[in-house]
Amino acid sequence: MKKYGKYVKKYWYSFLLGPLFMILEACGEFIVPVINANIINEGAANNDIDYIVKNGILMLIIAVLMMATGVLGANFAIRGSARLAAGVRKDVFAKIQKFSFENIDEFTTGSLITRITNDITQIQNFTQTLLRGMFRSPIMLIGALAMSFTLNPKLAWVILLVVPVLGLAIFFIIKTASPRYTRMQEALDGLNGNVGETITNERVIKSFVREEHEIKRFEEINDNLLQKSTSALKVMLLMQPVSALAVNITTLAVVWFAGRPIMVGDMLIGDLTAFITFLQQILMALNFLANIILQGARAAASNRRISQVLEADVKLTDDNGTSLDTVIERGEIEFKNVTFRYFKNSARPVLDKINVHIAPGELVGIIGSTGSGKTTFVSMIPRLYDADEGEVLVDGVNVKELSLYNLRESVSVVLQKNTLFSGTIAENLRWGNEDATDEEISYAASVAQADGFVRGFPDGYQTELGQGGVNLSGGQKQRLCIARALLKKPKIVILDDSTSAVDTATEASIRKAFREELPNVTKLIISQRINSVMDADKIIVMDKGAIVGAGKHHELMQSCEEYREIYYSQKDKGE
Amino acid sequence: MDAIKQSRLEAKYGNVKQAQGGKKEMNMGRGPGGPGGRGSMMAQGKPKNTAKSFFRLLRYLASEKKLIIIALVCAIINTVSTLAASYMLRPIMNNFLYHDEANPDITDRLVGLAWGIAVMAAVYGVSVLTQWLQQRIMLAVSQRSLKKLRGELYKKLQTLPIRYFDTHPTGDVMSRFTNDVDAVGEMLNHTLIQLITGVISLVGTLVLMLYTSLLLGGITLIMTPLLTYVSKAIIKQSRGAFKVQQKSLGMLNGFSEETISGQKVVKVFNHEQTAQEEFEYLNDKLCEAQISAQFKAGIMGPVTHQLSNVSYAITACVGGILMVTQGFDVGGLSISLNYTRSFNRPINEISMQMNTIFSALAGAERVFDVLDADPEPVDEDTVALEEIKGHVVLDNVSFGYTPEVTVLHDISLYAKPGQKIAFVGSTGAGKTTVTNLLSRFYDIKQGSITIDGVPIEKINRAFLRSNIAMVLQDTHLFTGTVRENIRYGRLDATDEEVEAAAKAASAHSFIEQLENGYDTMLEGDGANLSQGQRQLISIARAAISHAPILILDEATSSVDTRTEKHIEEGMDALMENRTTFVIAHRLSTVRKSNAIMVLEKGRIVERGDHDQLIAMGGRYADLYHEIAELD
Repeated sequence: MKKYGKYVKKYWYSFLLGPLFMILEACGEFIVPVINANIINEGAANNDIDYIVKNGILMLIIAVLMMATGVLGANFAIRGSARLAAGVRKDVFAKIQKFSFENIDEFTTGSLITRITNDITQIQNFTQTLLRGMFRSPIMLIGALAMSFTLNPKLAWVILLVVPVLGLAIFFIIKTASPRYTRMQEALDGLNGNVGETITNERVIKSFVREEHEIKRFEEINDNLLQKSTSALKVMLLMQPVSALAVNITTLAVVWFAGRPIMVGDMLIGDLTAFITFLQQILMALNFLANIILQGARAAASNRRISQVLEADVKLTDDNGTSLDTVIERGEIEFKNVTFRYFKNSARPVLDKINVHIAPGELVGIIGSTGSGKTTFVSMIPRLYDADEGEVLVDGVNVKELSLYNLRESVSVVLQKNTLFSGTIAENLRWGNEDATDEEISYAASVAQADGFVRGFPDGYQTELGQGGVNLSGGQKQRLCIARALLKKPKIVILDDSTSAVDTATEASIRKAFREELPNVTKLIISQRINSVMDADKIIVMDKGAIVGAGKHHELMQSCEEYREIYYSQKDKGE
Repeated sequence: MDAIKQSRLEAKYGNVKQAQGGKKEMNMGRGPGGPGGRGSMMAQGKPKNTAKSFFRLLRYLASEKKLIIIALVCAIINTVSTLAASYMLRPIMNNFLYHDEANPDITDRLVGLAWGIAVMAAVYGVSVLTQWLQQRIMLAVSQRSLKKLRGELYKKLQTLPIRYFDTHPTGDVMSRFTNDVDAVGEMLNHTLIQLITGVISLVGTLVLMLYTSLLLGGITLIMTPLLTYVSKAIIKQSRGAFKVQQKSLGMLNGFSEETISGQKVVKVFNHEQTAQEEFEYLNDKLCEAQISAQFKAGIMGPVTHQLSNVSYAITACVGGILMVTQGFDVGGLSISLNYTRSFNRPINEISMQMNTIFSALAGAERVFDVLDADPEPVDEDTVALEEIKGHVVLDNVSFGYTPEVTVLHDISLYAKPGQKIAFVGSTGAGKTTVTNLLSRFYDIKQGSITIDGVPIEKINRAFLRSNIAMVLQDTHLFTGTVRENIRYGRLDATDEEVEAAAKAASAHSFIEQLENGYDTMLEGDGANLSQGQRQLISIARAAISHAPILILDEATSSVDTRTEKHIEEGMDALMENRTTFVIAHRLSTVRKSNAIMVLEKGRIVERGDHDQLIAMGGRYADLYHEIAELD
């Protein structure tokens, strides 16, 4: 609940004034019937028209005041709940920004988005209902009860008898509904995830003509959501009839028990009328409470899901770093006995006792078969994952001791799965350096061999990219991603198979530019092509999570079986 | 956030309230704009749209007519019995509940009272039972209608052209499925029932009220036009505000989806802070939009409620005077006052739900926007083909994703069944575009493409695509087991065939090593596999299909060369008897092709087989000998 507390504190006036005005409005709510009783009991009984008119005008004034307080109350309740929701939404998003790669792998995109919008909207609706009704309904309830006790204590006891029975019924309803709401929200997640997947995979679906197949799959998911929501909502539906029943029974009991006293002259008829009005108010207040509870049950399910994100354990932090101020200057890399598994219970580690040293400024090629752990190996350097065993050192310091910001500022990775964002090309490149000048941008782009094609666009660097850069070819995207990484002016740059869609000649130019323009930057290049790594200062050959060879091309040709195999698989074709 | 960033974001997202288009239109390259693009998608906010959306929503309830009628009958019984129960208080009060000094014997009256109460109890019982029944029915009806709405939306999505997905952010489309459909759901769940019962109980109450006392009933009746006028004014104010709210929600969803999908890139660029700022900007916009919309609707509750208190006060006052002057009975006044309350209760309840109604209508409009978007055009006068042999001819094809930029110029080529055609060229030369056209993801405007002599526009789109197997540049896998993912290529394939396909794609050995082998669940686009492994699975997926035409677009770019060598045999078997189009950078993959097309800036600059091209000593030879400078 702490997550909400700080926004309640921040917007305390809304959270105070909202309910306050609502209380004032509620007060009016039970003053009106009293005045009404007076009109009947005093005015009509004594034929005092003057008294009746005066009281009538008083009621009108009260109505106007109540309108004002009602509007003000709604205003603050809406502001308070919207601001609270915005605050929590901001926090959830900020938390996601803090997520480690491990956390990101764990939550699906679809579910995170449902949490950010749908779940927080539930909380917001609930808060608003709460602010408008939190005190109003109980006060109306208590007020109506109190008034009925003052009017006639003997009769009022009847009402109190019903309350525990009703309470128990409501308790059981909520107890049954609450887990069902959670399942309903999960079903919604499932639907969200499926829709997201469908949209990103639309080309595959269309090319295999699987529209009908997908529609059938969706049908099941859609049906599941129907089942789960009906099962949750039908329980909550009992709330209103049950409370109506309770109030109806009470009304009848009151009429019965008031019968004798009225007949013998111990009670005035106006009191019974007022009593019944109070009962009506109690019914309305109960309905409102039932509504709050109903939303509360949904909100509770949403709250749990928000908490899961906010309380997710981000293990990978620099909170305990000892060299937080250290800035990477040389770009030296060393792996000492590094072992790593993505799933802690899998038998074979993805990286198995890796030992390697890379000197500053070196150009290192990494080659190896599919699934041999190349990507995982380089992911350890900017500390995207933490080693299970052993140490990864950059500039002689364990990466766990460095601040993540400083480390990642100086280590640029071009991931295998490239992502560009909607916005202009220049905006995308400025991700690397927000304050980059136009010259710097075009310089980085020319090193990545992207300057030429970008200038070929009518709008040049101001060209708008669609989401994910849909309007570029694969190779163009890759080159922009490289340029973006270079703008960071890193000490270490890692290309994870980032030129796979770039043609051979362009790729050769990129490598050449890398050598000439970035002499002091440590360069790691993962590639499938032997040509891309052949002239590297050092080539690392990986197989099944281990380094099976490291050295220059001619050394490996002699010493490394796997390297020779890779070489001949590409070079035996008649050259 | 400083002023510069603020103004940058303003420029990017525009003023939400005025520029309904949000982000600026994309203005170049592949697939922007187009018919049904962003601009025309946006709600125009004309009042008649709201009414239209409302009635269109009601149509989703049409198939449930019988149940709705039962629910209506229940609602009528419920309202009548509730009113009857309250009306019965009058005779009970007047006949039994009085103090009479002259007649101290009250036994008779007590018996009468008991009877009266017993009858009331029965009536109350009926009222509660019918209330529950009607709500339960409406719950089922509304949930089923929602399911139908979602189902239709999904079906529609499957018919939309690729262009639509190029121009609409994934997150925004998702928001229509969830936030907008949900908003509609809230309304169908609660408000619709209240609307129906509300009207019934309004009419019923009014009749009883006028029956009890023409004058007192009249007072309430006079208040009604005032109430309607006020409500109308408020509705007018809030309608637009709610559209802005739902749109802001969609924009925030769109941004979240894009950022979270690319979260790993955000992290390696230390870009968290900037992403956070942009999120906060959109978040604030949403917050303001919500406050504005909900406040406007939120006034409704207190205002109408107090208007009803005004009529209550006037009724009490006039009733009191009537008692003095005309000897009007206490019971009559008492129930008149009760009626004033019950008359106003449905109005209050409905007006309290203005939020829900407006969000729902704004949401419905966004849902209908998708439903009304232009689908892939229907195939007209198609030629019925028994089977496709794979005779592909491109004749002078020119194409651009937008009219301004031509991506392909005068492409002509000829592929006999079973031949292998390769495309080579620098990035952005238009290689992928050729394959996009073959499968009719986009339709050509100039030139012609024929398969087995039939222009592809004349071939049923589904039939055409089912005869083309594709391995795309971006591998996309589905949530499900490895087996299901491979079987996606041909749904009736047996387990043996799945394994055979995996073996052909060299995927068998690593699949066997996965936790549950072929039954390992893949989630989030196969995030637990390496890029190369995902490519192998998508090759297996294509291998299992029997399509006579095969397109391999950089199918093995992330697969290491040794594995590729292993696949080669399998690939050869795969390509045998199929017309194959290969796009690859590794010239080794391309060498065995019957014909190689060297593309540059959308034109074929060289063509021939490997030996011819090498002998020609042109681009291809340069590339092959790695002395070329293409770009």
